[in-house]
Amino acid sequence: MMKKLSPVIEWFTLLFCTGTVLSFLVVILYDLVVKGWSTLSWRFITALPTQGMTRGGILPAITGTITLTLVTALVAVPLGIGCAVYLNEYAPDNWMTRLIRGSIRNLSGVPSIIYGLFGLALFVQGMGMGTSMIAAGLTLGLLSLPYIISTTEEALRRIPASTREAALGIGATQFESIRDVVLPSALPGILTGVVLTLSRAAGETAPILFTGVAFYITGSSGFLNQEFMALPYHLYMLSTQHQSIEEVRPLAYGTALVLIIVVFLLNLTAFYIRYKHSNND
Amino acid sequence: MTEDVAIMIKEKTKLSAAGVNLWFGNKHVLKNVGVSFSEKKVTALIGPSGCGKSTLLRCFNRMHDLAPDVRIEGKLALEKQDLYDRAISVTQVRKRIGMVFQKANPFPKSIYENINYGLKINDVPAGERQGIIENALKESFLWDEVKDDLKKPATRLSGGQQQRLCIARTVALRPEVILMDEPCSALDPISTSKVEELIEKLREQYTIVIVTHNMQQAQRVADSTIFMYLGEVVEAGNTSDIFNNPQKELTANYVRGHFG
Amino acid sequence: MKLAARERLDKLVKLVFRTTGLLVIMILGGILVMLLWNTFAFFLHVKPVDFVTGTQWNPVGHKARYGMLPLLVSTALVTLGAMAIAIPLGIGTAAFISEYAGKKLRNILKPLIEMLAAVPSVAIGFLGIVIVGPGIASITNQANGLNALNGAILLAIMALPTIITVTEDALQALPQTYREASYGVGASRWQTVRKVVIPAAAPGIIAAVMLGAGRAIGETMTVLMATGNASAFPKGFFHSVRTITATIAIEMGEVPYQTTHYYALFAIAAVLFLITLLVNLAGEYFVNRYRKYQVA
Repeated sequence: MMKKLSPVIEWFTLLFCTGTVLSFLVVILYDLVVKGWSTLSWRFITALPTQGMTRGGILPAITGTITLTLVTALVAVPLGIGCAVYLNEYAPDNWMTRLIRGSIRNLSGVPSIIYGLFGLALFVQGMGMGTSMIAAGLTLGLLSLPYIISTTEEALRRIPASTREAALGIGATQFESIRDVVLPSALPGILTGVVLTLSRAAGETAPILFTGVAFYITGSSGFLNQEFMALPYHLYMLSTQHQSIEEVRPLAYGTALVLIIVVFLLNLTAFYIRYKHSNND
Repeated sequence: MTEDVAIMIKEKTKLSAAGVNLWFGNKHVLKNVGVSFSEKKVTALIGPSGCGKSTLLRCFNRMHDLAPDVRIEGKLALEKQDLYDRAISVTQVRKRIGMVFQKANPFPKSIYENINYGLKINDVPAGERQGIIENALKESFLWDEVKDDLKKPATRLSGGQQQRLCIARTVALRPEVILMDEPCSALDPISTSKVEELIEKLREQYTIVIVTHNMQQAQRVADSTIFMYLGEVVEAGNTSDIFNNPQKELTANYVRGHFG
Repeated sequence: MKLAARERLDKLVKLVFRTTGLLVIMILGGILVMLLWNTFAFFLHVKPVDFVTGTQWNPVGHKARYGMLPLLVSTALVTLGAMAIAIPLGIGTAAFISEYAGKKLRNILKPLIEMLAAVPSVAIGFLGIVIVGPGIASITNQANGLNALNGAILLAIMALPTIITVTEDALQALPQTYREASYGVGASRWQTVRKVVIPAAAPGIIAAVMLGAGRAIGETMTVLMATGNASAFPKGFFHSVRTITATIAIEMGEVPYQTTHYYALFAIAAVLFLITLLVNLAGEYFVNRYRKYQVA
């Protein structure tokens, strides 16, 4: 009797584990959508906050997050791809290169708040940028670098040596072979990595805490040398620091929903690039 | 084996190596190799796997330049020109000495672009390219199969077609020498015979060096044959002599299929 | 372009790439230098022994105390709690995806796990405030549920995707022959999974746990929002705690530049850095262990 029953119990145990994990995702999405939906409106995403954040919209937080992500991309994408090309295409394959590669891999495991400290010490104070969009963007850029380098290197490594030799064999210089053959072939992989990294950066809070984010900005938040609002920080403040927390809870839900939509849209873009590419092979 | 093995005195030597030693790290891969290849002839390099024949081939168009840990000594020359002269342009060397690889490696671009790319970077005027491309495809017996669909990605061609496209890409640049590194090892018999037919035609204009595992193929296509073993040249001579009347015991054992 | 110009460009570009590469490496190395430098400055003010063994963290009191034990114990408490939840769930889920789910189901489940990984930590922290907290409060009759248990649950959610992905990877890397051999002697699927597959994949599973723990230890926003942040010495799962990350987040905004307190925060960050580095290096070591026999 037990013998017949046990496989079923076992199967249900594993199913229970999987179900529990999935239920986390379902609960998060369900709660945010159900409670945030009523807040979400055209006005909410296009209006400025009013009456001490208890009314109005979150437009400056949205534009702040978008601008911040763009600054991050401007810092991290060229440097990250450049560094990956150097490591994979030019650097000699010796212990030094392996050490550098290992260090970069480990830097992607460094807690994000430590990047925040570094940004504070180097950009805000050391270089005198003050708390600003540019200091926060540079900080998030550094945080993103190890990811972009690792994913780009992985994409470059998948390009076989014969592809490079094909270009060199007809008299292309090394740069021409990288520009015309290697990078275009690796592009989908690189793009997927870049978009996933940026989606992570857009949702980060800890690195911008002391480098430039602010709860409320009067006027525009578009300038690089000024403090700015951002969706994740806005959500943090609305849910923990506001003087009338219960009253602004609907706004917090709306902000959380907008944040998660932004992040998921970026993720879906990455999945799409990867999916489309895997079909072309 | 230090004596000069160039025995084809009547013919003009196009490409040569003398006293070439090559190391991968600590591994001594080519040992005092001296060979020469006659102009507008086909020479086959044969020998068991790991004997260094592909390694030697890749010395001539300096494909080892990018690999770390490779050390080359000795003299390699195209006619009188030292290929490893510091003043010479490696890009120019590779344009003059083209290469066809073991596995077809077309660019992930269209058929047209595969040939056009080399012309473009080598500064061939745009007006002349169309004609050169058409001609190269005809020379490679590929024109009739692809002329209606030059925009098709090259990766969708069959293996044999891809390899002929790679040959077309090489001949479009009018090199003086074509190095072929086991060009048929990944092809079926029908594609192989097409490539061999193509070699037969290209010999009129180009000096060809072909590395092959296939001894029938060497006998079919090559004027001369060089047998290598463990990084050394064992014997070089007319193809018929090497196969029918080898001077060395080792050569005889190999061509009769006793090892390798 | 003429040949000479092309070759000049090639050399120039090579130089640019090398400079970029070295620049990036220098900047990233700068993080380490910055941490060590400021930590060194801190130890000019406070004895390392007091820092490591002190049981009080009170930098703004009448007599400032920089004992990091309460922070360390808080971090350990929530991380261990998170692992206690995430390890069984994660391994179970990975085993289900790898050994039981069909190809179709796997192609649905894996992106869902990736989606869970993509949820920003601040959104998970919010969930801790609005769902987990009230839940714990109603069970324990506390005023609010902002405590170590809440943080542990949230960190478990954050560590799960890493644990599942790496474990699943390790299970998939096992040669099929292991499973066939087990079925061949009449073992059931469950026996095969428990007695053959999971033990054989042990290095990969340890790696998964390490990498998941590394993520949990360094997480800031969720613990900042959900654990209550009382700076007293932690008393247990149902009490408020304050981790290393949360302490940095709370205090760094208010400290004056280059004071002892400022340096103290860099010192605890250096400790945090060291811990995550060791945990991640251990994880990487085990990843390489299972990769090795995968190749063999």
